[in-house]
Amino acid sequence: MERRASPFLITLLCLGITFLYLPMLVLITYSFNHSALASVWGGFSTEWYTELLHNQQILKAARLSLEVAVFSSSGALVLGTLAAIALVRFTRFRGRLLLTGMVNAPLVMPEIITGITQLLLFVSMLQLVGWPSRGLTTIVLSHIAFCTAYVTITVQSRLQTADRSLEEAAMDLGASPLEAFVDVTLPIISPALISSWLLSFTLSLDDLVISSFVSGPRSSTLPMVIYSKVKLGVSPDINALASLIICAVGACVLVAGYLVRRTERQRLADAQLAAQ
Amino acid sequence: MSRTTDERMRGAAAIAGAVQRPRSALSRLVERHGRWLIIAPPLVFLFVFFLIPFAFALKISFAEAALSIPPFSAVWHVTADHHLQLTPSLANFKYLLTDEVYAVSYLYSIRTAFFSTLLCLLIGYPMAYAMARSSKATQGILMLVIILPFWTSFLLRVYALEGIIRDNGLLNTALLWLGVIDHPLKIMRTTFAVYLGIVYSYLPFMVLPLYATLEKLDVTLLEAASDLGSRPWRAFLDVTLPLSMPGVIAGSMLVFIPAIGEYVIPALLGGPDNLMIGRVLWDEFFANHDWPVAAAVSIAFLVLLAGPIAVHQYYRVRQLEQ
Repeated sequence: MERRASPFLITLLCLGITFLYLPMLVLITYSFNHSALASVWGGFSTEWYTELLHNQQILKAARLSLEVAVFSSSGALVLGTLAAIALVRFTRFRGRLLLTGMVNAPLVMPEIITGITQLLLFVSMLQLVGWPSRGLTTIVLSHIAFCTAYVTITVQSRLQTADRSLEEAAMDLGASPLEAFVDVTLPIISPALISSWLLSFTLSLDDLVISSFVSGPRSSTLPMVIYSKVKLGVSPDINALASLIICAVGACVLVAGYLVRRTERQRLADAQLAAQ
Repeated sequence: MSRTTDERMRGAAAIAGAVQRPRSALSRLVERHGRWLIIAPPLVFLFVFFLIPFAFALKISFAEAALSIPPFSAVWHVTADHHLQLTPSLANFKYLLTDEVYAVSYLYSIRTAFFSTLLCLLIGYPMAYAMARSSKATQGILMLVIILPFWTSFLLRVYALEGIIRDNGLLNTALLWLGVIDHPLKIMRTTFAVYLGIVYSYLPFMVLPLYATLEKLDVTLLEAASDLGSRPWRAFLDVTLPLSMPGVIAGSMLVFIPAIGEYVIPALLGGPDNLMIGRVLWDEFFANHDWPVAAAVSIAFLVLLAGPIAVHQYYRVRQLEQ
């Protein structure tokens, strides 16, 4: 579409974006509020950030959440990429429909159902085979399951547009199918791999409902700690923590977006050079 | 396309195989079943950790609550003479049908999800439309602006929204200061707050599929409509809206289905009388410790969700095949 948007439409767009960002900006502003009362501005202060650094409960939960996020996003990256290759490259195999269903269903399955059913599995497994006990392992396993879905969808769409003939050319020149894939196609889909790893990382870091069900009594993730505090009302140190998380995630996404775009542009330039 | 390349590859492999020295049985095995090395890991993992759990939930929904670890009775046991004895209990499902809180909360969740989705569509459509009509460079930036909130924590965004709509939050403070109202609006702990929370959290899911279809729309069709004397509004209703229906359906499903099962938003923003199914399920599990009833509610809920999920799957598969 190339027709200009009317001023009316542009106003609505701006209002919508304001709606998306205003609450977060207000939250960040209030994290520097000296007063512990939510409605009063008591002057600029960074005391809530210092307090945060001394809160052992939050630090411990943050550590656990980061560990879970690293393991789950890496596991999901491997499984999701394999699933994407299977779905794009192998048009016919037994279980294809099953795999398609299982990678798409988690996207719309209510988290609470996934959480309950997975807990029931883990409890029954513990009874039958003595593994896994509830804690880091069970949280990682259930996070891998839903992150795999997001990785598959992202990589699948990138793989579909990748040019197969480049791989065929490599094989004509003597590369094995595996070598051709690793040397030719993998670099092409690498932006999708990076962004899906990051997406899995943030989804895992953010998950409250599934973790609440499958975690053990002594393993609370960061969202679980935040939720139990937030339920009691506004707390200034959570404002500080929230601001830190929002800024960190925002910065990561912007940097990753920039890097992915730069490699894409570089690749296009290379392709043009090669064509000349 | 991939089928012909598949065939070509197989042909090339056959020729290469004929020319090369005979291979060991092992490498032939890898060659023949190599693709299963790729397919099997995700297939088995998702089967065990995503699909099998539903089987266990189904089994436990036929058990009875018990004071043991885990807190439910066995559904089957092997008798002394090695016969498998089934002792399923339908009590949980009977209970679901007799205690009206479940039917009420299910209908209530659907209503909440429906109105939130509608609100989301009304706000998201003009946004996607304006995005699709901006210059290519602006579109890239706007995409990032819309996606960025989706990356930041869902829980924290709901919490941030609370800061705006609280009784002494920014909205009420601003309105009081402007003199529009003389006492604070009661938004927190109302159904409207839940709608607002869902719209706020899920808006990117609505805008992006809409933008994707609107961006591909052929402008010449609109020009043709206006050449034939159509006013802009009529052209929108007759041409743009019908053609953007795939985006409308995809976006609505992405908001509607998860919104029915939403727990965090009604728990943080809704009033104590807000009985969304997610909250009922959570309480059944964590407050009442009745795992079999919670399992039965999940199974019943899933059966009722099967319709919308099937619609979503159908459109996704069709979209992928195009």
